[in-house]
Amino acid sequence: MKEFRIPMPARYGINLALIAMFLITGNGVMTSGMLSRAQGAIVIEVGIFIILAVSLNVVAGYLGQLPLGHAGFMAVGAYSAAIFWRSDVLSGVPSIIGGLLVAGLMAAIFGIIIGIPALRLKGDYLAIITLGFGEIIRVVIINLPQITGGTPGLLNIPRHTNFLLLYVCVIITCAVIHMMMKSRHGRAILSLRENEIAAESCGVKTTYYKVMAFSLSAFFAGVAGAFYAGTLGMLTPGPFNFMKSINILVMVVLGGMGSMMGSVIAASILTALPLLMQGLNDYRLIIYALMLIIVMIFKPSGLMGTYDFSLSRILEKAGNWMMTRGDKKGGVA
Amino acid sequence: MRLTSKSKRVLGVVLVVALAFALAACNGGGTTGGGEANDAETIRVGLLGPYTGAVAHFGLAVREGALLYIEQRNAAGGINGMQIEYFWFDDEHDPIRALTGYNWLLDQEVTAIIGGVTSGPTMAVVPQAFEDNMPMITASATHAGVTYDAENGVVFTNMFRACFIDPFQGEKMAEFARNVLEAETAAVIFNTGVDYSIGLQEAFVARAAAIGLEVVTIEAYGVDAVDFTSQLTNIAALNPDVLFIPDYFSIIALMAPQAINAGVTATLLGADGWDGVMDAMTDPSSLEGAFYMSGFSVEDDTPKVQDFITRFMERYGHEPNMFSAQGYDAAMILFAAIEHVENTTDHVQGSDEYRTAVINAMAATNLTGVTGHITYDRFNNPIKTAVMVEIRDGLARFWGTF
Repeated sequence: MKEFRIPMPARYGINLALIAMFLITGNGVMTSGMLSRAQGAIVIEVGIFIILAVSLNVVAGYLGQLPLGHAGFMAVGAYSAAIFWRSDVLSGVPSIIGGLLVAGLMAAIFGIIIGIPALRLKGDYLAIITLGFGEIIRVVIINLPQITGGTPGLLNIPRHTNFLLLYVCVIITCAVIHMMMKSRHGRAILSLRENEIAAESCGVKTTYYKVMAFSLSAFFAGVAGAFYAGTLGMLTPGPFNFMKSINILVMVVLGGMGSMMGSVIAASILTALPLLMQGLNDYRLIIYALMLIIVMIFKPSGLMGTYDFSLSRILEKAGNWMMTRGDKKGGVA
Repeated sequence: MRLTSKSKRVLGVVLVVALAFALAACNGGGTTGGGEANDAETIRVGLLGPYTGAVAHFGLAVREGALLYIEQRNAAGGINGMQIEYFWFDDEHDPIRALTGYNWLLDQEVTAIIGGVTSGPTMAVVPQAFEDNMPMITASATHAGVTYDAENGVVFTNMFRACFIDPFQGEKMAEFARNVLEAETAAVIFNTGVDYSIGLQEAFVARAAAIGLEVVTIEAYGVDAVDFTSQLTNIAALNPDVLFIPDYFSIIALMAPQAINAGVTATLLGADGWDGVMDAMTDPSSLEGAFYMSGFSVEDDTPKVQDFITRFMERYGHEPNMFSAQGYDAAMILFAAIEHVENTTDHVQGSDEYRTAVINAMAATNLTGVTGHITYDRFNNPIKTAVMVEIRDGLARFWGTF
């Protein structure tokens, strides 16, 4: 029996249509005033954390390392974008896009600088060195008051973040990472997670691919940082602490290491949770912790495991199911 | 019993669905209190601050003070017969959380906000609140930038505070050292990672230079430092008359014994961050003879203050600290302004004219609260006297006002 397959151009078509629908509906809902102000703010916050979680997933999930310095890359991106936007080098839309790119590139450069020495280490050692890096970034920001505003921080940052721009970037992030993981390079990265020695013996350039994954992850963390700066309009080094990195890691682990859909869902739930549970006062802290424990006991691989959503696959399955039913009917007759 | 992978999966799905329902059920719940009859019109106010996390003690203290005032006011019949209804949001000392909280409070249609509590999250909210023309009063955000954008020269007219600003305290302590203690030389040790500490240090040094108090050294330490021996040894070698330590009490509790060990003989001076330091000290004798500035002292024997302390003790079972007192005063200033607007105008609550009227009434504040007599300058900072606290016989004693 021939399997039912949707041809590639049609798959792209389906995905593009879905994305366009999501953006148009989302933007409509955001601008129509259907959402309350707090809900609107949460939607933006969720977008930022989706980018952070999905980008961390590249290193934590696909590469199989344990980085604890994601907030550091976010800080680099946030400050780069803030300084760029405040400097008025460009104006209008080019300035906004330029700020996002500068943020991503700066973070990626830091990713390479940190990645080359750090990724010679594995597991716990890598966790500690990235943790140290995250703290170094924060201390450097505190001690460069001429550039970063130091502890009092940077004020009057243009607030460029809006729904459309943010979610276009969310989709670009997901698409780029998804496509990369399906490519030759992505497979090489996955092979490093599965068995580094075997991969190396097959000719996979381990250091190269590790640094590549690390800097890709850092790039998008930087972009998320830029949106963070563009939402708040002010930056202080305080929030980019070690707990921020842990929070992002929790999202990835809860969602399922290596599942992009899991990261997206976990980032959305965990970001929206404090607002949703506002009515429960301080009990929300207990519920939050209990929820993490329950998920980890019953589903240690995370909410989604390594499952990734694919509409085309679901359609294909449905098609196959209908075809087999048709075959059976034919057989009976 | 071992679960098969299939039953585990089913259980997982069930849990997720249960969670989703639990969340859906929680949605829309607000933290409210005060007004009993919801059908009658109420005055709705919001409280914003850190109620969990590392700096929760500030947020909770402010909230206790503010709620005491609201409860009293409601028990006495509210404002023009309208009960006060309040909502609070925990900003967790995170700027982005604070911004969400601010928006959440606006969704609850609050008339005004008492908050934030810490400077960073408050400064994230203020520009937005300024655009919305939202009356706000902070009980404890001391950073000068909370009410004034120095870069653009814009005063956030909607934002008031019930506490001193950082530069004011640094200047006052320099004057106190020179004029009252008759010090000739001073040393300063400050925290490079805490905005509050930097602000006080700069103001102290600038004022000291102007009034002939020689600053012999300025030492610094990082935000997570626990050992200050090398800096304190440097200071001890220079033997200054006074040592100014602008930081929070938890650091002072660590540093004071180390100062004694390092041989520092200078009189220790502090600011309102020291409030509560005696509870954190294992050995109170190392702070003997020190002075700090505060917004409030429980030993202040004016009837108003003593009355406040009695009622606070009855309600919460412990003594109020400076933050509670300032929270109480912040609520007092706000509701005095709202009452004035209710009495003199017929603007609709929540309308732009109403907000402007409240802001104008707050700017014209001329009241005596539990932290002293308060009027506002053109930057919406209170003009009031400081309370000096002296540490004598292992206790924080009221020295007088300065």
